[in-house]
Amino acid sequence: MVTPNAEISKEIADAAKMCFQCGTCTAGCPSGRRTSYRTRKIIRMAQLGLKEEILSSDELWECSTCYTCVERCPRQVPIVDIIIDLRNMAVAEGHIREQHKGTATNLMNIGHTVKVVDVITELRENLGLDPTPPTVLSNEKALADLQKILTATGFDKIVQE
Amino acid sequence: MAEKYAFFLGCIAPLRYPGIEKSTREVCKELGIELVDLQDASCCPAPGVIRAFNKKTWLAAAARNLALAEQAGLPIITICNGCYGSLFDAAYELAEDPELLAEVNKILAEIGMEYKGTTKVYHFAEVLYNEVGVEKIKNAVKKPLDYQVAVFYGCHFLKPSAIKQVDDPENPHILDDLVEATGAKSMPRKQKMLCCGAGGGLKAAFGDVSKKFTETNLENMQESGAQFIIDVCPFCHLQFDGVQKDTEFNIPVLHLSQLLGLALGMDEKQLAFSTHITPVKL
Repeated sequence: MVTPNAEISKEIADAAKMCFQCGTCTAGCPSGRRTSYRTRKIIRMAQLGLKEEILSSDELWECSTCYTCVERCPRQVPIVDIIIDLRNMAVAEGHIREQHKGTATNLMNIGHTVKVVDVITELRENLGLDPTPPTVLSNEKALADLQKILTATGFDKIVQE
Repeated sequence: MAEKYAFFLGCIAPLRYPGIEKSTREVCKELGIELVDLQDASCCPAPGVIRAFNKKTWLAAAARNLALAEQAGLPIITICNGCYGSLFDAAYELAEDPELLAEVNKILAEIGMEYKGTTKVYHFAEVLYNEVGVEKIKNAVKKPLDYQVAVFYGCHFLKPSAIKQVDDPENPHILDDLVEATGAKSMPRKQKMLCCGAGGGLKAAFGDVSKKFTETNLENMQESGAQFIIDVCPFCHLQFDGVQKDTEFNIPVLHLSQLLGLALGMDEKQLAFSTHITPVKL
């Protein structure tokens, strides 16, 4: 039994409301051409409040956030924002892949999403660049500040132990 | 725009393709754009992954980067569509929504920072086109390049266009113009605006799907007769560079800064092609 808009957050349901299911989003979607992801269907499911079905689906993570749908939508539905909000809900309920946890963990540990490798550090020096980029990587206090922000917003809950 | 910018490095350029960082610094120096390192900055954080995991974290960490530039009194320049996407979008949201800004400032207060909402964010290519101009670049070319190339805009440089307004999102020209200022020829091809496939966490979660996007692009680029792929995003760059490994494709990938570096007479060694996965033969 489906209760429309019962469980999706009000913000998402409101944003999705304007969609009249024309399918322009799906027609131009590069992911939809290669996978079972159907933009129109996700938006319809959001309208109907099919929370568990959306949050546990692989399709929710098959959008590359290219914004083609947003550019072409005749109703100005903020489709990528909706996808992002739904992903936030999914992650909050524990639906997150290990690879994504790895990226999150890098951010928590070093303030960047990719790791430092020796061969690049050496090459940077040869190029006359700072061997370590002048970012949080070069300043412990700055990294600690960033980590405080990440923790204050609950990001520590999704990183790997 | 301005003549002096806070240089936001991001992650992939400094930590995987330092030749992109190096050539950006050299090209800017040559063209009269002053770069000041945005000290203590972090990942933007990445729009397709970090924002998708926790929007509050994404916005607060982006606001910290924006506040660092605000303290320095400088607009931000980025060399990556992802950084541009995150920082531009975050700056826009915070400038438009005082309540959201107040909420973010509560978090920043924990580290003794405040963001007033004034930082402007620009993409390197946008600055070159609007601030320096194609004519000045043409005049600065020391070594005209006789290459046929595939120009790749990526997604977050132009979209969402309602807030970015850099160029037409479906039929843009500014990158083509910048690239052709070096003497290279931008080859027309099918599906020029097709996403590289890396964004939105797709590369990490569904590598095979992500690769299919890239392969369609590569087929179209090959068919166009392109000898090089020219991008403005280290993540698109990594995607095109890496996916070609163990395939029939062999089209070297250059960031716009590297192409301009070549045209402005930079020593090839300074462009650090040794870190490229698809060999760069000039």
